Amino acid sequence: MIRTLRQPANWITPLVFPLALMAVNTGGLDAATNIPGFPSDSFLPFFLAFPFIQGSLFATINAGVDLARDIQTGFLNRLSLTPMSGTALLVGHLGGVIVLGFVQALWYLGAGLVMGVRLESGFAGAAVLFVLAVLIVLAFGSFGAFAALRTGSTEAVQSLFPVFFVFLFLSSMNLPRNLIETDWFRLVASANPVSYLIEGIRSLVIFGWDAEALALAFSISIGLAIAGLALSSVAMRGRLART
Amino acid sequence: MKRTVDVAFAVAWRMLHNNFTNPSLLLPGLAFPLFFFTAFAGGLSRVNDVPGFRFPVGYTAFQFVFVLLQSAAFAGVFTGFGIVRDFESGFARRLMLAAPDRRGILLGYGIGALGRWSVTATVLTCVALLAGMQVGGNGVDVFALYALAVLVNACGLLWSAGVAMRLRTMQAAPLMQLPIFLSLFFAPVFVPVDLLADWLRVIAHLNPVTLLLEGGRSLIAGTPTHVAYAFAAALALVAGFSVWAVRGLRNAEAAGG
Repeated sequence: MIRTLRQPANWITPLVFPLALMAVNTGGLDAATNIPGFPSDSFLPFFLAFPFIQGSLFATINAGVDLARDIQTGFLNRLSLTPMSGTALLVGHLGGVIVLGFVQALWYLGAGLVMGVRLESGFAGAAVLFVLAVLIVLAFGSFGAFAALRTGSTEAVQSLFPVFFVFLFLSSMNLPRNLIETDWFRLVASANPVSYLIEGIRSLVIFGWDAEALALAFSISIGLAIAGLALSSVAMRGRLART
Repeated sequence: MKRTVDVAFAVAWRMLHNNFTNPSLLLPGLAFPLFFFTAFAGGLSRVNDVPGFRFPVGYTAFQFVFVLLQSAAFAGVFTGFGIVRDFESGFARRLMLAAPDRRGILLGYGIGALGRWSVTATVLTCVALLAGMQVGGNGVDVFALYALAVLVNACGLLWSAGVAMRLRTMQAAPLMQLPIFLSLFFAPVFVPVDLLADWLRVIAHLNPVTLLLEGGRSLIAGTPTHVAYAFAAALALVAGFSVWAVRGLRNAEAAGG
């Protein structure tokens, strides 16, 4: 956390850039709410889920890069000589990502409320939204940590960003899946787990309590987090064994 | 003049050789425009049904023009990253010592950016046509569209070259790409300007990229409208950024490369 705070680019970018893109897309696609069947009168509440996901990607990449830099500079080697366990290292690393993810979630929701969004699921929905946002950051963050531990290269972690970005753009972020006209795109969006994460957050904002959307979002984020944590734990053991 | 051209071709050849033999430089420049085209034209095609949206040749062509101009601008920006790498590695210093006319260096980077974008534009056009893009314009209209994109490519290169030669560090990368990115997205990207939200419409009307986009879209639709304004805006930007880039070159010379 301290290292993140000391590097303004690491926290300013995830706080500002997703909101800037949200503003541009909202201004550009507000007319899309006139498409028959669009689930919201305004594009802003529909699109509010986007910064949560994009911010998670930024947090993940920044944290992964920091871990990879620790490996490149030999700091992890020196830490491995101390009694500190690999699990503690990983938990500490991901703890910083989670705190940043929580701050981001507060910021995005606050910005949305200031811009006039009304959370259909109310106060309890906001609490659930924070839990889901943190789970998503943990899931993505664990994959960022895995990439850092496996490759030990900041460039390799940076190169994950376009991959994550592809998942984000080929999802239902701009239109609900049932309104996507192009068949192959709808299929890809339906097979893309990021669509369900977005739809889980979106459901709390514009529908209220949608059990199916929430169940899918929570199960996918928990599943991804478990897979990412397992992979990064194995990679951490390997990294410490080699040093 | 011959010396300038010799320097320019040598620099351009080096830029193109580096770009086309290094996948980490080549692939992002190719992949990102294709990806944006896919995501926007494929994912948002239903925007065609928005009341008030009238574009005679369909949403794929509507988005193609944006992605074509975006790829042109970013080919220039990515070439700017190459200029920075040359300064960081010390190659630019040696290049400046060897070049009899240093404006040739700038011209060479410009030719390199154009060569780089030509490949991207060819791939993008093929993919768009395979995806069923309709073209309403005749040969002259299409030629004018690509000419407009060439000017946008020059703008991207000259802007980023000016920044690169002043700051000479990769830390300047956000400064090279962010203004281009913002000017492109604060324009009518997804829908025509009349359908934008009020606040974005005000910004878009002040943004010269709007003229370029609307001119380009009218050309592909075969209903040229305000094309002269679009070219005037593009030429004015090229002129302004040329001064910016040449002054950057002088700045680098003064700093000893």
